[in-house]
Amino acid sequence: MSKDNQVLEALTSKEYEHGWSTNIETDSAPKGLNEDIIRFISSKKNEPEWLLEWRLDAYRQWTKMKEPTWPNVTYPPINYQDVIYYSAPKQKITPKNLEDVDPELIKTFEKLGISLTEQKRLTGVAVDAVIDSVSVATTFKETLGELGIIFCSFSEAVLKHPDLVKKYMGSVVPVNDNYFAALNSAVFTDGSFCYIPKGVRCPMELSTYFRINAANTGQFERTLIIADEGSYVSYLEGCTAPMRDENQLHAAVVEIYAMKDAQVKYSTVQNWYPGDKEGKGGIYNFVTKRGLCFGDGSKISWTQVETGSAITWKYPSCILKGDNSMGEFYSVAVTNNYQQADTGTKMIHIGKNTKSRIVSKGISAGHSQNSYRGQVHIMKRAEGARNFSQCDSLLMGDKCGAHTFPYIDVENNSAKIEHEATTSKIGEDQIFYCLQRGIDEESAVALIVNGYAKEVLSQLPMEFAVEAQKLLALTLEGSVG
Amino acid sequence: MSVTVSEKNITQEIASGIEKNLDVNSSDGALRKEALEAFRTLGLPPNKSEEYKFTPITRALEKNFEFSGQNAIVKEFDITPVAIPGLDADVLVFLNGVFSKTASSITSKNLTVLPIQEAIASKNEVALKHLGKYADFKTDALVAWNTAAFQDGVFVHVADNTIIEKPVVLYHIHDASAGQVISLNRNLIVVGKSSSVTVLEKFDSTGSANFSNTVTEAVVAENAGLELYSIQNDNGPRYQFGLTQIHQSNFSRVNTYTFTLSGKLVRNNLHFVLNGEGIESHMYGLYLLAKDTLADNHTVVDHKKPNSFSNELYKGIMGDSSKGVFNGKIYVRPDAQKTNAFQANRNILLTDKATVNTKPQLEIWADDVKCSHGCTTGQLDEEALFYLQTRGIGKDTALAMMLYAFAGEVLEYVKHPVIKEYLDNVISERLHKNF
Repeated sequence: MSKDNQVLEALTSKEYEHGWSTNIETDSAPKGLNEDIIRFISSKKNEPEWLLEWRLDAYRQWTKMKEPTWPNVTYPPINYQDVIYYSAPKQKITPKNLEDVDPELIKTFEKLGISLTEQKRLTGVAVDAVIDSVSVATTFKETLGELGIIFCSFSEAVLKHPDLVKKYMGSVVPVNDNYFAALNSAVFTDGSFCYIPKGVRCPMELSTYFRINAANTGQFERTLIIADEGSYVSYLEGCTAPMRDENQLHAAVVEIYAMKDAQVKYSTVQNWYPGDKEGKGGIYNFVTKRGLCFGDGSKISWTQVETGSAITWKYPSCILKGDNSMGEFYSVAVTNNYQQADTGTKMIHIGKNTKSRIVSKGISAGHSQNSYRGQVHIMKRAEGARNFSQCDSLLMGDKCGAHTFPYIDVENNSAKIEHEATTSKIGEDQIFYCLQRGIDEESAVALIVNGYAKEVLSQLPMEFAVEAQKLLALTLEGSVG
Repeated sequence: MSVTVSEKNITQEIASGIEKNLDVNSSDGALRKEALEAFRTLGLPPNKSEEYKFTPITRALEKNFEFSGQNAIVKEFDITPVAIPGLDADVLVFLNGVFSKTASSITSKNLTVLPIQEAIASKNEVALKHLGKYADFKTDALVAWNTAAFQDGVFVHVADNTIIEKPVVLYHIHDASAGQVISLNRNLIVVGKSSSVTVLEKFDSTGSANFSNTVTEAVVAENAGLELYSIQNDNGPRYQFGLTQIHQSNFSRVNTYTFTLSGKLVRNNLHFVLNGEGIESHMYGLYLLAKDTLADNHTVVDHKKPNSFSNELYKGIMGDSSKGVFNGKIYVRPDAQKTNAFQANRNILLTDKATVNTKPQLEIWADDVKCSHGCTTGQLDEEALFYLQTRGIGKDTALAMMLYAFAGEVLEYVKHPVIKEYLDNVISERLHKNF
């Protein structure tokens, strides 16, 4: 019951509800980017020499690269020298438990409905909450520690588990992979690190909440998940950001490395600030996410609900290297007002009998442009590869656009590839039926959209599914008529 | 970097060759001059450019052709072996791109069929009104090249309210036995209100390397119909670029049929502009590829007005180390509500050296539409093959039967009985022999 009320309440509130900013003193680097800034970041974080070298190498490569122009999005050119690349909440001592944490931060999470204490007790989710770049609270570490699972902030991992970080960082997304990945590699400030040892099934959903807080701060997160043989982990990432007028840059990198028979499930709900009704402000979200199914029989599954950001550029991909490995991609991308999204996936089949499945549901409303861009590549030695792709688009209103750019490249004759795409609008008869049953138009749209996206939403862990449903309704409010 | 430099060179080489022969004072001189400028600015597509990602046409031209010389002149050619038997038609023959009066026979009185050079020279109003107005030479260098330097082609004009029963058939013969051949042909088809006509182009070649660049513009008026066939069955080192640009008005119907059976590198661009309501457009394509053939079909359907229907079906069988490329774009513009647009691309790979790259692309700016595309790649059903074998049918025959059934889905839509029979024979013979 209360959930229904929440949905209705969310529908009636007109402005972006997470739009506020917390007053926490921040310790920032000066604007701009050069080798000194990178040294500054590195020394701030007490990083070892090899990591500084790695960053500098990435920076040097980045300076030689060009910003990609092929995505189907338009935005004014970004001045990379006008961004603050490091800002950390001022905290002298590393907090050991929640009481040590700045009360302002705790309030921030409470406003977002992610009270750490609440989460800890009720849902059993270990939250590694990140505000602007530095991890300030890590919970359930001990429980996980007993199983040998390492789940900590990236900077902690660099200090405590340098061998793992050194070995796997950049192995899935090389520093020179693309413009934004190179930028991230040079200036990343923090993120999450996760290692699941052999044969361990992680007993709880691991989760991180990211927020962009200080004005003009780019957020450069780096996540590395390593799943050792036969392990399993489900990882959640949720995003909300406060309201800002200037565009903020977000260039994250997520790497997943799955060994033999390991399974990783990565779910995202992304709700960065999308800009106001006129398209002013909003987050630029340029993310590189990639999973490598290195071992035989491994599986990586991406699920994403994208409702926020002014511009989204994101292609969570799977490289299916091990024989019999499997990749999945489930996505709901909603754009409203002047949002632009260019998102999709890449499934690279290298191993024998590899399987992939793509389900993408795009919803565009207002003046937004929503593109699906995907690639299914069957390499020569990928005997018996199988792919199924479905990308549907739903249009609401005649000012928006839906685009699909699927690339299907097959080099092996034993592959079976299916791709289908449809574009349509919400049926008038469906709306009429709901109206007739006393459901107002706005709720009817929310209902139909949720039904349309159900195939993807059902892939999300329970707590996330509820949040995602609310977000869908919220993003689409006022788009009918 | 060296690659880009050498590309510039052949663009320059071709451009200066065109400039030498350019007569600015002729009726189409201004158009040709403008296109030449565009060609110079654009330059031939660099390798890996998005539109020519899988078709290295510039590299192929660089490697296999010289652009300073002249085509060998062919006086006579027996077209009987390549002609479609029993087809009653108005026939135009082009030998190495040049119209051959002796080999051609035009008998129909109720329509205008002329070599396009003759139409331009005689200042035919309809021809000059439409020539170069539809095929966009400002974005594609190959089209610009054709526009600036086309040798000849056909001009077909059907007046209002005329149904033409007899097809107009163009035989493009490339005889490169005495040296390389580069031919540039330009066709213009104008179909008046409530009229209809069938036009067929057939390409055959012999000898060494030959390249043809053919641009066809078709303007179809209200309530008119057009059937357009293209049969590409060239053996040997045959390189081909073609653009067919079709412009449709209210309630017109156009069907196109593209059959690619052989060649070295074949690129077909098919662009439809649906500038009216109640339009129907069907695109059918079949590519049966063997050896090292590369066939690349790029289609664009642009729905500009409401209430139209487009349907596209392209099927391909790839054997040996051949390569099939399909790219289908559908645009639905903001005004084009109630559009129905469908597209299907199905491929069979027969060997592990054959590849296929497909990219079906929908871009939609209107909300009240029904659009879909489907695309599959696979191989023949082992069980079906086994079933046929248990019934005493040899494996090769069973394979041919199944491939024929696969191809038959496209053949089925061919309307003209004689053309259908001809294609049916060619294809079934081919399937029994080559695959």
